[in-house]
Amino acid sequence: MFYLTPRKEIPFSFRIAIPAISIVLTIVFGFLIFSILGYDPGKALYHFFLSPLSRVDKIADLFVKACPLMIIGTGLVLCFRANIWNIGAEGQLIMGAVFAGGLALSFPNNQSILLLPFMAILGFLGGALWALIPAILKIKLRTNEILVTLMLTYVASLFIDWLVRGPWRSPTSFGFPLTEYYPEAGLISKIYFPGIGNISQLHWGVAVAIFVCIFCWFTMEKTIFGFQFKLIGDSPNALKFSGFNESNTTLVLFVISGGLAGLAGMIEVSANIGQLQPNISFGYGFTAIIVAFLARLNPVAVIISGLLIALIEVGGDSAQIALAIPKVVTGVFKGILLFLLLAGETLTKYEINLSHNQKSDLND
Amino acid sequence: MKRKSLLLESRNITKSFGSFVANDDINFSIFKGEIHGLLGENGAGKSTFVKMVYGLLQPSMGDFYWNGKKITIQGPQEARDIGIGMVFQHFTLFPTLTVIENIQLALNENFNLQELRETIIKKSAEFGITVDPDIYIRDLSVGEQQRVEILRCLLQNPKLLIMDEPTSVLTPQESEQLFRVLKKLSKAGCSILFISHKLKEVKELTQRSTIIRRGRVIDTVASSSVSTEQLAKMMVGSEPHNVKSKIVVNSDDCLVRISGLNRSVDNPFATPLEDISLDVKAGQIVGVAGIAGNGQSELMEVLTGEWRSTETIDAFEVFGTDIRNYSPHKRRQLGIGFLPEERHGHSAVTDMKLTENTLLTHHNNPAIQKNSIVQNETLEKLTDEIVHKYDVRTPFHNPLASALSGGNLQKFVIGREIIKKPRVFFVAQPTWGVDIGATKFIRNALIELANDGCGIIVISQDLEELFELADNICVLFRGKLTESKPLEELNAEKIGMMMGGEDLLSRSQGE
Repeated sequence: MFYLTPRKEIPFSFRIAIPAISIVLTIVFGFLIFSILGYDPGKALYHFFLSPLSRVDKIADLFVKACPLMIIGTGLVLCFRANIWNIGAEGQLIMGAVFAGGLALSFPNNQSILLLPFMAILGFLGGALWALIPAILKIKLRTNEILVTLMLTYVASLFIDWLVRGPWRSPTSFGFPLTEYYPEAGLISKIYFPGIGNISQLHWGVAVAIFVCIFCWFTMEKTIFGFQFKLIGDSPNALKFSGFNESNTTLVLFVISGGLAGLAGMIEVSANIGQLQPNISFGYGFTAIIVAFLARLNPVAVIISGLLIALIEVGGDSAQIALAIPKVVTGVFKGILLFLLLAGETLTKYEINLSHNQKSDLND
Repeated sequence: MKRKSLLLESRNITKSFGSFVANDDINFSIFKGEIHGLLGENGAGKSTFVKMVYGLLQPSMGDFYWNGKKITIQGPQEARDIGIGMVFQHFTLFPTLTVIENIQLALNENFNLQELRETIIKKSAEFGITVDPDIYIRDLSVGEQQRVEILRCLLQNPKLLIMDEPTSVLTPQESEQLFRVLKKLSKAGCSILFISHKLKEVKELTQRSTIIRRGRVIDTVASSSVSTEQLAKMMVGSEPHNVKSKIVVNSDDCLVRISGLNRSVDNPFATPLEDISLDVKAGQIVGVAGIAGNGQSELMEVLTGEWRSTETIDAFEVFGTDIRNYSPHKRRQLGIGFLPEERHGHSAVTDMKLTENTLLTHHNNPAIQKNSIVQNETLEKLTDEIVHKYDVRTPFHNPLASALSGGNLQKFVIGREIIKKPRVFFVAQPTWGVDIGATKFIRNALIELANDGCGIIVISQDLEELFELADNICVLFRGKLTESKPLEELNAEKIGMMMGGEDLLSRSQGE
């Protein structure tokens, strides 16, 4: 048997060496897997890691891909710090997109610059309301939020499916399950760099995402609300003693994390799709859980971990396209990469103790 | 005379954390069947030492010898395997499991439950520790939980039993009972390492005592050959300062008025409170005595406002304001301070820094929180002020609360409340599990506070403490509170009888 015990102090060299070892091991395993399966390992690894970073516009695409992950992830960090396990961000994202989409589709000819901010507000509200259901059930009936949030995700994805196939389907979609396009004023524009122009798909939503992460960090570390969040997680009794209301704090956390997921949904559709369709998310709500933990539950570190996950996703796609590697193989490789990263993280914080059983020579 | 053989011996044990040396060259030995006292001030290094014996920490230098053989103890499991049991100052029971389930978890062999239940009942009868095996731990008082801890150790037939401040939660009678248990055990050949700050007990119970000061062994003495004064002197390094004298108040300014306080409970093991009345005048300290589990925690929750009711309480006024419906937050704003019994996770959060622990009860101070943004500089200054003023010894600047020893953490949380100069202060077990130096300090701080005109309620099981502090004492028994009487009319014996319900019984018989 062996045990993990927390390290008393973490030497600085560990912080450098262990991630480096993780990366080296990933490359070794990548070589093995790809060469055993008959692909050129050098090329595969190039497409995985270097190709997405090889040009400025490709890097910009990473930011675009990471945008929803950052927004959702940073909201989840707040929740998870308080030991509230909202794993239904996917559903909250969909409801945010539905609410915002509903507004955009109700004003097909609107040119107002106010449309977008209102869509953002409705997107937030949609996600927040969807998260309020498990919140109230948890507070009033002590239901388990993990189950309720997860189940509500399925409800939400069936709901949007019904909307785009039924009442909201565009008459001009040739029978495809698609709504009308949003009016121009309901779309998020790309960032225009003076003298350069647009860089690929880089849009203003990305700036919002980074702002949200910083804002959440500020809330967490500098405000009395952040203190309450951490207190719930560490010690609910101390929260009571301190005079805060546990139910209110819980409610606020569900609203924030759900609302941010909803906002992410609104941004994703308005920036990249332009209309509602049955699948508006590629599992962002679930991937964001990994993003949150990879960031060690730090709201700003979510920016980095979001980009990292985006790199793996984009790199996987790129390898699939360039070398015709099946999706399952890139999936396995992504899994190995994450496993090694998290294992490295764990070994940085903990040390392995082998137990020496000396029982036999002690009992005289 | 039979030659005694050594069970455990430590040679040159040294433990350092970074540059801080917690244990410096400790040479210690305990004979088979010996009861050995370990004495030392707050942060002297007693806990560090026993943690190494129990395998929770590894020494930086030096060796342990068990029955004359050199050993390294890698962890508590190994310590238990070779026959070392430990009862911690802070208990390690699972609150959501029953007594029997907790015991079952700790045993290595697979017992069938019926067999185990019989063994428990037999053992508890044998050693005079009464516990119902099927009660949930969360429903037991601190004192009762300790009995479960002891029982759990005894079932593993230890050769060495380590007891960390075991009597701090017991009544005098219960302590007597415990001592009988320990003496029986020692006769049966089990060695006992007894850590306590109550010198009288150590002298009465143990054969030898080792005194530790600042991580070094000062001396190991035959307990009967020294006086308690000598022991105290060795512990603190100088004559211990006595508790200040309390100014007797003649004020009629009634600050707290409670009458007709009832509280029913939703859980069959909690104690309902029945028709409690209590007044506190300015400058007065009212002591609430009683054995653990007679409604102390329930009463404290009513005082802090963590439990509130306007229906079952007739009156609860502070400064003439009806506070029955006030949250803890609002009560603090009114100038009421309070401190519940449990330090870990209630009055302090161990995984947070001291600054954050200050924030716990200072968050409504406008200098600390402006528009819900925490003013870290002011907070840090205030925390430093508490640390200096109340002599909190920290290993480095602004550590996690868990890095402080029990006594230092208690000085910190008390200081945190007192620095606000509350005009009314409710405190439960202010010196539970706290060593002699910190105890004196805390009691002095409370007396000073009262001398400045604050009205204080102290809920405590420590009679000695109440005699030092209180002007008036009342006794909580099965959720009922006796009338509070001035100290002059009482003595330990009388209160001891009231703690066993004598007063209430005779009163009801008289009716």
